[in-house]
Amino acid sequence: MSKTIVIDGKVIPFEDGQTIIQAATAAGVYIPHLCHNPKFTPHGSCKLCTVKVNGRNCSACTFPAAKGQTITNITKELNDDREKITQMLFVEGNHFCPSCEKTGNCNLQAVAYHLGMTDNHFPHFFENREVDASHPDVMIDHNRCIFCTLCVRASQQEDGKNVFAISGRGIEKRLVVNSPSGLLKDSDLDVNDCAAHICPTGAILIKRTGYKVPIGQRIFDHAHIDTVALAAEGASHDE
Amino acid sequence: MQQFIKQLAQENDFQATRLLKILRGVQAQYLYIPKEAIEQLAELLNIPRTQIQNVVEFYSFFHLEPRGKYDILISSSITDLMVGQEELIAYFAEKLGVKIGEVRADGVVSLNNTSCTGMCDQSLAGLVNGYAITKLTKARIDEIVENVNKQLPLDQWARDLFDVQDNIIKPDLLLNQKPTQGEAINATFARGLTETLSEVERSGLRGRGGAGYTTAWKWKFCSEDEGICDVSVHQQKQRYIVCNADEGEPGTFKDRVLLNSYADSVFEGMTVAAAIVGATQGFIYLRGEYLHLYEKLEGILQARRNANLLGKNILQHGFDFDIEICLGAGAYICGEESALIESLEGKAGIPRNRPPYPVTSGYLGKPTSVNNVETFLAAANIAIHGGEWFANLGTAKSKGTKILSISGDCAKAGIYEYAFGTTIQTILNDCGASDVLGVQVGGPSGTFIANDEFERKIAFEDLATGGSFIVFNNSRNILDIVHNFSHFFAHESCGFCTPCRVGTSLLKKQVDKIVEGHGSAGDIVALEELCQIIKNYSHCGLGQTAANPVLTTLERYPELYQSMLKKISYEPGFDLDKSLETARRMAHRDDAHAHLAQVED
Repeated sequence: MSKTIVIDGKVIPFEDGQTIIQAATAAGVYIPHLCHNPKFTPHGSCKLCTVKVNGRNCSACTFPAAKGQTITNITKELNDDREKITQMLFVEGNHFCPSCEKTGNCNLQAVAYHLGMTDNHFPHFFENREVDASHPDVMIDHNRCIFCTLCVRASQQEDGKNVFAISGRGIEKRLVVNSPSGLLKDSDLDVNDCAAHICPTGAILIKRTGYKVPIGQRIFDHAHIDTVALAAEGASHDE
Repeated sequence: MQQFIKQLAQENDFQATRLLKILRGVQAQYLYIPKEAIEQLAELLNIPRTQIQNVVEFYSFFHLEPRGKYDILISSSITDLMVGQEELIAYFAEKLGVKIGEVRADGVVSLNNTSCTGMCDQSLAGLVNGYAITKLTKARIDEIVENVNKQLPLDQWARDLFDVQDNIIKPDLLLNQKPTQGEAINATFARGLTETLSEVERSGLRGRGGAGYTTAWKWKFCSEDEGICDVSVHQQKQRYIVCNADEGEPGTFKDRVLLNSYADSVFEGMTVAAAIVGATQGFIYLRGEYLHLYEKLEGILQARRNANLLGKNILQHGFDFDIEICLGAGAYICGEESALIESLEGKAGIPRNRPPYPVTSGYLGKPTSVNNVETFLAAANIAIHGGEWFANLGTAKSKGTKILSISGDCAKAGIYEYAFGTTIQTILNDCGASDVLGVQVGGPSGTFIANDEFERKIAFEDLATGGSFIVFNNSRNILDIVHNFSHFFAHESCGFCTPCRVGTSLLKKQVDKIVEGHGSAGDIVALEELCQIIKNYSHCGLGQTAANPVLTTLERYPELYQSMLKKISYEPGFDLDKSLETARRMAHRDDAHAHLAQVED
């Protein structure tokens, strides 16, 4: 392997066309992230995967790996700032982990724990956001949406549909459904669609499955997100 | 409605890239974008309805609810506030009988604030149905109210309401040139394309939008694969030249003047660039606020086609090129080149991930060179006079001149052209500014400099600017300025990335808290910490500079911020008493015990 980058002192091979996060994941190095999923086109919006490439901040999920890159990933500075960005996501929406069905299976919650987040730090927005429970099998709780666009991308790239989109500008941004009424029931979303299962938070949930897995037996009850993500996404990269 | 929409789509060849233009038509006809129109357009243009919905919600000039037959927007830039915007818009609202932000019950008129309309040299400014109105006074407002109440068609309003002056106060190298039509094109081909590109490189010309990328390099990268400076290869290649005329930086209005009085040279600069990089299609992305220039520019383009300065086999040089005008619809972010390209493609203006850069993958994925209006003007003149002519002026790293838009507390607001390296003091003397507190150089995204820094220079290596230069005298409050700018960025953030979307809104709240006197001991530290996150982690230039108003003033006037803080260790981040309002209403109580003091005595 002739081409390498260096992340936190570790020499990591990469192939042309790989992003930094792809090379890192393949080498078993975890870079915190929320909007990235190796199955889909990178989006680069959550900014949690920001790393320093030769001293400059770059999103690891979109930035191509290239020879000569010396990258810092896990540093106090970066992780402190990642924590703040995560806190921003928490105060922007209405996230009440103890009463959320996704608790223990939630990437947002898990990454927050991983970064040592113990409070929300910033003042809450307390926006009124709606719940769309119109679909027979799937519901959207807009309070928990972090605009990662994973459902948007999954619907387009995996399901061959176009059920979801993000609309609006700035803090008014919101998840919208591609149906004449704007309601999920009038879209062509099927419960078996990848888009219905991809949400990293509890914004899109499958009905009648709540608490099937008891609290205490959930993914992040027993493993940290770095291990979980590397196992899942490392395998996916190998496909 | 169906027939109208269909015809509109047909006129635009059912092209989804023309979505903004189509929606402008729909908005003008129905005063909003009806749901049925979105459904029909989704079918006709073969795009998801959500893309249209997103565009409508993204751009300030499109609405999902009807606006008034006369939709009046008043600029709320800092220079407007300095001439009493708040009082005048309140007067306007009262006279019209409409609340700010709302539509009058009879549907005739609506009134709202809008971001800087590029008329800071003739404030108070605004827009009526998209057309610029200037120098608003109570008398002129009365006149408009009368027109509105009589429902007088816009073309019968007194012309002087729409009068937009150039106000060129100090022309220099570029503004003194009035080349003849075709002069730059002929000079380019006479010298040779490769040689002309060398001249542009020799001139040291850097992007005039503010970022300062070397123009010749951009053009080289745009046609790096093959065919640069070779028209025979060009015709098979699809590349684009885009003129960025989306000058939305508050305080900037030089492009407005350049397009009003130097458009031929700007178009010629685009044509020269097209010949060099090998583009057959050009766009000028004109900010929606400059609608008043649209017809005039269309006329100039048509005249140039008639004179064979555009179109097929231009001036017998064997190359084809044409220019289309695309109007924006109220989004500052579209000044960012990749957001601009998204907008040209008929989408919301969200900056792309880079790499790839537009020079390799721009409009419709093809190599695209996006340059500022002033850059093209300079390029046209460099093509005629050569690189030396331009490089003789300026500093080692910043060649040539910079055209400034000067406004605020000065005797002569307007357009000034200076060789790079000119000191702030010289400029202040020229524009008649006295008792100066400080200057905002480069607009809200630039730097606030204090009155002990006036020996600093306009240059990429010192004070870089896209042209905005706002003067403040000692009667102004710095925190009012910061307040206005923070609200501006929160309003204009595209919302794509977390640090900017959430951060600019948090910053707005935090600045409000301090300005309104609710700040306490830890709040300055919290403010600065928030600024650093926004600056260091945002996706694009908007976010990376959105905290500059706070950072550059906090650095210079820390005591001012400190003086706003209460002398207590902790203050709730929200209004306790106000938060009890709902509870009081429900309990039918308004006695003393139903109220809370913000802080315990």
